[in-house]
Amino acid sequence: MPTNISPYIPNTQADRELMLAAIGVNSIEDLLLDIPEAHRFPKLDIRPALSEFDLTAEIGALASRNAALGEYACFLGAGAYRHYIPSVVKSVVARGEFLTSYTPYQPEVAQGTLQVGFEFQSMICEITGMEVANAGMYDGPTAFAEGALMACRITRRQTIAVLDTVEPRNVQILDAYARHQGIEIVVIGHDDDLPADAACLMIQSPNQFGVIEDMEALTDKAHASGALSVASINPTSLGMFRTPGECDVDIVAAEGQALGVPLSFGGPYVGLFACKDAHKRQMPGRIIGRTTDTKGRVGYALTLQTREQHIRRERATSNICTSTALIGLLMTTYLAVIGRAGFKKVAELCYHKAHYAAIEIDKIPGYSVKTDGPFFHEFMVECPKPPADINRALIDSKITGGHDMSDRSNNGMLICVTEVNTRAEIDALVSALSEIGAGR
Amino acid sequence: MATPDDRRYSDEHEWALFDGSIVTVGVTQFATDSLGDVVYVDLPEVGAKVAQFDKFGEIESVKAVSDLFSPIGGTIVEVNSDLMTMSEKVNQDPYSVGWLIKVEASDAASQLSKLMDATAYDALIAEE
Amino acid sequence: MKAPFPGEIDRRLLNERSVSGRIGLQLQELDVPEQPLPDARLLRSIEARLPEVSQPEVVRYFTTLSAMNFSIDTNFYPLGSCTMKHNPKVNEEMAFLPGMASIHPNQPDETVQGALQLIWELQQDLGEITGLPGVCLGPLAGAQGEYSGLMIARAYFQDRGDANRTVALMPDSAHGTNPASAAMAGLEVVTVPSDSEGNVDVEALRGLVDERTCVFMLTLPSTLGLFEPNILEITNIVHEAGGLVYADGANLNALLGIVKLGDLGFDIAHSNLHKTFSTPHGGGGPGAGPVLVSETLAPYLPTPVVVRDADTYRFGAPDKTVGRVNGFHGSFGVLVRAYAYIRAIGAEGMREVSENAIINANYIRTALAGEFGIAADRVCMHECVLSPQAQKAKGVSALDISKRLIDYGIHPPTMYFPLIVPEALMVEPTETETKDTLDRFIAVMRQINKEIDSDPDLLHDAPHDTPNTRLDEANAARHPYLRWQPDEDLTAVG
Repeated sequence: MPTNISPYIPNTQADRELMLAAIGVNSIEDLLLDIPEAHRFPKLDIRPALSEFDLTAEIGALASRNAALGEYACFLGAGAYRHYIPSVVKSVVARGEFLTSYTPYQPEVAQGTLQVGFEFQSMICEITGMEVANAGMYDGPTAFAEGALMACRITRRQTIAVLDTVEPRNVQILDAYARHQGIEIVVIGHDDDLPADAACLMIQSPNQFGVIEDMEALTDKAHASGALSVASINPTSLGMFRTPGECDVDIVAAEGQALGVPLSFGGPYVGLFACKDAHKRQMPGRIIGRTTDTKGRVGYALTLQTREQHIRRERATSNICTSTALIGLLMTTYLAVIGRAGFKKVAELCYHKAHYAAIEIDKIPGYSVKTDGPFFHEFMVECPKPPADINRALIDSKITGGHDMSDRSNNGMLICVTEVNTRAEIDALVSALSEIGAGR
Repeated sequence: MATPDDRRYSDEHEWALFDGSIVTVGVTQFATDSLGDVVYVDLPEVGAKVAQFDKFGEIESVKAVSDLFSPIGGTIVEVNSDLMTMSEKVNQDPYSVGWLIKVEASDAASQLSKLMDATAYDALIAEE
Repeated sequence: MKAPFPGEIDRRLLNERSVSGRIGLQLQELDVPEQPLPDARLLRSIEARLPEVSQPEVVRYFTTLSAMNFSIDTNFYPLGSCTMKHNPKVNEEMAFLPGMASIHPNQPDETVQGALQLIWELQQDLGEITGLPGVCLGPLAGAQGEYSGLMIARAYFQDRGDANRTVALMPDSAHGTNPASAAMAGLEVVTVPSDSEGNVDVEALRGLVDERTCVFMLTLPSTLGLFEPNILEITNIVHEAGGLVYADGANLNALLGIVKLGDLGFDIAHSNLHKTFSTPHGGGGPGAGPVLVSETLAPYLPTPVVVRDADTYRFGAPDKTVGRVNGFHGSFGVLVRAYAYIRAIGAEGMREVSENAIINANYIRTALAGEFGIAADRVCMHECVLSPQAQKAKGVSALDISKRLIDYGIHPPTMYFPLIVPEALMVEPTETETKDTLDRFIAVMRQINKEIDSDPDLLHDAPHDTPNTRLDEANAARHPYLRWQPDEDLTAVG
């Protein structure tokens, strides 16, 4: 007997023959007669199979052509942040029972996923100060866009006002989500009035320049014109800063990546989504609820499912049917491990280190810190040269520089500092910037 | 449960109980039997207007959602706010504690003529 | 059979285990001078009540929770339309290589050439497998790929001055995401009936297409697990009316190396990498839902896509792009796994995957047709749909049968879908199961069928040995209890 072609497919030739006989056909071709003959069994121009050894070598070689951040001091943020991920987190997420299960439609055999999801929702409520949260969205920016669509459903208004300090990429995604629903998007400044028929005001805090927004005043302003406030927040910052719940924000979205999720070149991440209790039936996405079983024991199940596409179809609150549960597990484990004290301390380490870096960089001739007001994670620096050139030079010093913001600010660079940046790294950045700025 | 003969019925399985110009509206036992456990009822606000046979709300079970169509047109003068916290009342007795809305109808008599009596309704559900 | 969950399981939540003073991680000390704090008005005044637990407690808590899940790694999981196939372990290792997991999405292209090449290669491979050469890997799930595809269709017609095409046709057996995505794309949903064989009613379709038709969305094989025998006529009818044909690629696992969607006349498709290309489902994501289109529609793809210039790779925006649908460049970690899968399967293995998936499904169909009844009983593709109506007449539902399967350590099939089949149980074994496993499943189903006559309460009360018996979902929906609350706050709940 020939050996099998793939380690992932157990049927041998003998198995297949027995099974085809049981089905009552002579060959696999007899099962494919509905497929137009002219197009059956096309040639596939893809490469031949690799052994596992060769596979790891090939992908290893691809990986080695990427500048991994462990080897480089990283000062890059702008929507994705490098933080320390405790070993426990990586160990928990590798468990096959979490990794290889499906959406928990059968709650009796998915209590693991469901209880983690309930912990996740609880933790989001705690860190944001909001009343209810869902079980997760794709990522922060799509959650933010869904928040705006939800505000339109609640207020039955069709205009979305976006503050001009919101990251432009978030506005692009909002445009893609809202385009075919007759919704108008209006970008406004802090001093502008909301359009009279605005469904919501979209706020990002910290904003695209790292600055903490006054969510309370902005929310009051939205409410005064009958609009809701929809805020995208940085969850790490909430270890120190005032929560959207305390600011009376109506709908909150956040990128969960900073809480224990690898950078992984932009994904998979997890979107956090929370709102006031009164609006829970307009939420998109999965929601997990606590209930009891036939023996009176506590258990968990998906709930409020009539909002969702598999029931309400074209009238669903969203087409989403993913909660990004596994990344939610990463976040839940991360917050469990760092705990109540660690959540505060990580934020404080980020705050002090970033402010230290800002002061030191501002002292370098030719560089000036442009961020005015309290900031978190990152701040804007005006450089003496195009940031792309500076970053290219920094690579030689094994430093990944800040985000190039020259498209919106003269020679602007957004420099991000987190708890993983040591003082030695910050000082090395300062001296490298100084050298590069001096022209060398 | 027998279909009460003190009221009129629509083919969307709603009932209307006339008391002068005020008409109480609910769903029938047949409707609750096919829905299963009612977990949420979305009702309009008092003061809203509804036309006869138009949608006025939604009723949800765990895994289904159905539109509610009013057997009577007029202005909504009261909604059963108990259902916000105790939607199970619709299952307990759809013809009494499980009522949904009260409508003030200007031309109740002519609207009434477009609805079935209990005998006709029983014949309808026997077919379904 | 032995209970898989011996003894009482400690179900307390983390906050119910919390003890003041415990820590799960020693954080590093501050190594820079402390900086002045901002105005207190900006600082949070209410503490986040996160748990205070030690590391061993965290490990045991999550490990115990994991053991309450059925998973592919532990159980046969024939969940129809979800393609619960083996998720190779080497793919996990590849995704967590530092050169893959520790790269930042905003790094300059020249520092991530390996990642860009991987994305480019995967674009090429998926284009080749489906016969739809325009590929964007960005969409984060099937539903997002679907929405992207519909935006592309709308932009294409807009460009041609044919913006009145605002109808999305779809069969009555369609997944719920199809109408939900169509509604998001501003399209009116019109349903095409199925005929008695479970195929698209071709004459009905002919009557429904017109100058308002934007797309016909079709899952192939259908949600009944059947290949549309009239597929060429179907795509032709839609094209002649000026519309586009969309393939929901949820069931692509039946078609690898068997037939290309592009050859059949499809213009747009999405593929769920977490189904066909073996990336883990993770208890409900992350997924990836690349959108695939014909040459003509490629300029409308979402941004970014990876472009190759001689030997270097970079991100680029297609000329007439419909825009951006997510934060960065897609679920890169998922893409690494799918790439590893395709490289391990190779050209010759693709057809093996689908052929074995099809044989396995037909083996189950043939064995169970007599006892359980099959919706449209003819040769199926990678899944079959049981319709136990005779059992229902005896007072046992598809739900009861599903829950009883759990007692035998088997994950239930997809229940009550597609909506057009009474008491539907959709069984998708996938190619990664052994004949022994299938034989056991068949034997268990027959045993359950006997139990329906001998002791139906065994089914009504099932499952028996799980950490929870059936849950009160009506109560969960009536009185939503959606987060942990300390005891003193519990009166406020519900």
